[in-house]
Formats: sequence, structure tokens, C-alpha cells
Amino acid sequence: MSAALLLAVASAASAAEPRKPSPLKSGIEFTGESARSLQSDDFANPGMLWVARGERLWNESAGRGGKSCAGCHGDAAGSMKGVAARYPKVDPGAARLIDLEGRINLCRERSQQAAPLAHESDALLALTAYVAHQSRGMPLAVTVDWQNRADFERGRELYHRRIGQMNLACTHCHDRNWGRNLGPETISQGHGNAFPAYRLEWQSIGSLQRRIRACYYGLRAEMPSYGAKDLLDLELYLAWRAGGLPVETPGVRR
Amino acid sequence: MLARVQLPPAAKRGEVIEVRITIQHPMETGFRYELGGKPIPKNVINRLVARYNGAEIFSAEMGSGIAANPYLSFFTVADASGEFLFEWVDDEGNRGEEHATLTVVA
Repeated sequence: MSAALLLAVASAASAAEPRKPSPLKSGIEFTGESARSLQSDDFANPGMLWVARGERLWNESAGRGGKSCAGCHGDAAGSMKGVAARYPKVDPGAARLIDLEGRINLCRERSQQAAPLAHESDALLALTAYVAHQSRGMPLAVTVDWQNRADFERGRELYHRRIGQMNLACTHCHDRNWGRNLGPETISQGHGNAFPAYRLEWQSIGSLQRRIRACYYGLRAEMPSYGAKDLLDLELYLAWRAGGLPVETPGVRR
Repeated sequence: MLARVQLPPAAKRGEVIEVRITIQHPMETGFRYELGGKPIPKNVINRLVARYNGAEIFSAEMGSGIAANPYLSFFTVADASGEFLFEWVDDEGNRGEEHATLTVVA
């Protein structure tokens, strides 16, 4: 009897195994021709304005430390190549999960002795976009191990939990119904590989956290505040789920 | 105000070249309200002028219908090596400028 129970538990567990959509498709494949051509043209892509601003900030010294990012990390083209593809990750010093924005702010506090930049501020978006841009074309590759296993499982649970007045979970749109229409939109697989991305609806570049919050809003659920654990755990699960897709930062989305 | 200008690195004399500029600007339409219900005043780049070695070759008057971070492109004939100067002003009176140099060969 216990063997049967064990079998039942085992099969239930395998049914809930995290799965990636197949085939993996970046969000750009679900947008229209105009957004695609905007993203592929490095001059017309408005997100590149933030990348250009980020390059300036990278070389400017800040805070009481009087250091610039370049002072420690040198040329970002070499030192930051591939970095964005491995975030979010657990920072050994802070002993918690952080995303790229969080890592930049940790650097500001520790090395530059400067105040952290506010979420969605132009400066933080610019620096994040610039750093992530150095990994463009490289496949997302977060590893799930003992350090971040609990965060990952929590992210997976949140991804599958029904929320809001619409009573839907992420999975209902982005696993079961991608490629189908929701009003005038085509539902994407919900990958974050283009973020920070320029969203035409926002008329600005924005972080992945802002995009996830927009989904909460659409579900008429209470939005977690920026930097909340829920958003970080979701970011980790999404990064794992998009594993193998190339970084597109700065992407262009509707 | 941050802007990016794109010219071909070099051109032949008499060649038709494309000149492109993007400017980081919210282009606030004046039709939006903040969360408290107060209208957000209109603030768009209302005029942009491009000069090629001092002579005005292109200008644009923009309004609420232009998207944020405007992107403009036009064509001109490469006469001589020199400087392209772009100047613009928004409704709040903020001015911006950016320049780029063109090398014309033979």
C-alpha cells in the first residue's frame, strides 16, 4: 500500500515538474513586422538611447568612493560579456537572490559608496541596459543549485498560482495559450530575454519587474512593489524557463 | 538631452546621403493626467533645425502626435567635408544640440 502511495506521489510530482514551452520562441516572434524591424536596427531602436546613456554612466565616477564602474570593471565589452545571461543569482555577500539591477545597486553601495538608484529611474535602466547589451546574442543560462533552489521553487509555485479577480496564473496564458489571441494581441511565451526592453505602450524602456507588474495589473491582482521577493523569484523561474534563448537587450515590444 | 546622430563615415562628393537622429525625450502630449487627476502639461520638442556647415538644410516642427524619443531621417547631398549641427527646443524651453562630422572624398 505504501508502495502504491509512493508511486502516486511520484507521478504527481512528475506532473508538476517545471517544463519549458516547446519550441522556445522569443517574444519578438509574436510582435508585428514594425516592432521587429525597429529592434533589428541599432540606430532606430529607441532602447539604444538608454544603452548610450548607460555607457556614459559606466565611465562616470559616483559616490564618496569616487570610483566609476569602469574603474573596477574596465571595458564593459569584455568584463560584462555574458554576465546578464546568468542573472538573477544569489549574491554571496548579501546572501539573497538579486537581479542585475540589484547587483548594480550593490556595487554602488559597496564600492562607490553611493546611494542606490531608484527602481525604474533612467540611470538604473540605462546602466542595466548597457550591461545586459554586452551579452546580446548569448543564451540565457541560469543554474539552479543548492543556493537558489528554494527561490526557484517559490518562483515556480508563484508562476502556477492563480491570482487576482481574473483568477488566472502565468501558466494559463504563457504555457497553455501562447500563439493565440487575447483581444488584438498575440500571447507570447512570457520570456524576459529582451529586458530591459523598450515597450511601445510605455513609450520608454522598462525593467522585467515592471513588465511582470503589468501582468499582475492585467489580472487585477495586487501588484508586488519593486524589488519584492515575489518578483525576484519569478524572474529566476522565468530566466530558467527561457534558458537557451539569446539575450536581445534592448528589445522592442508592443 | 541625449541624442544619437548617424551619418555615413565617408561619402563621395555629390553623393546623396541619409542623415538620422534620435533624441531621448518623453514628448508629453498634454492629453494625459497624473494619478491625482491633474493634467500633465504638454512638453514636446517643437522645433528641430539641422545645419550643414552653417547653412540650414532641414527643419521640423513637431507636436503632440509624435511618439516619445523622436526619430527623424532625411537625405542630403554631400557637398563638402564639414559639420552637421542639430539644435532643438522643447515647450519648457530646454535646448539641446548634437553634432557630427562628415568626410567627403574627391
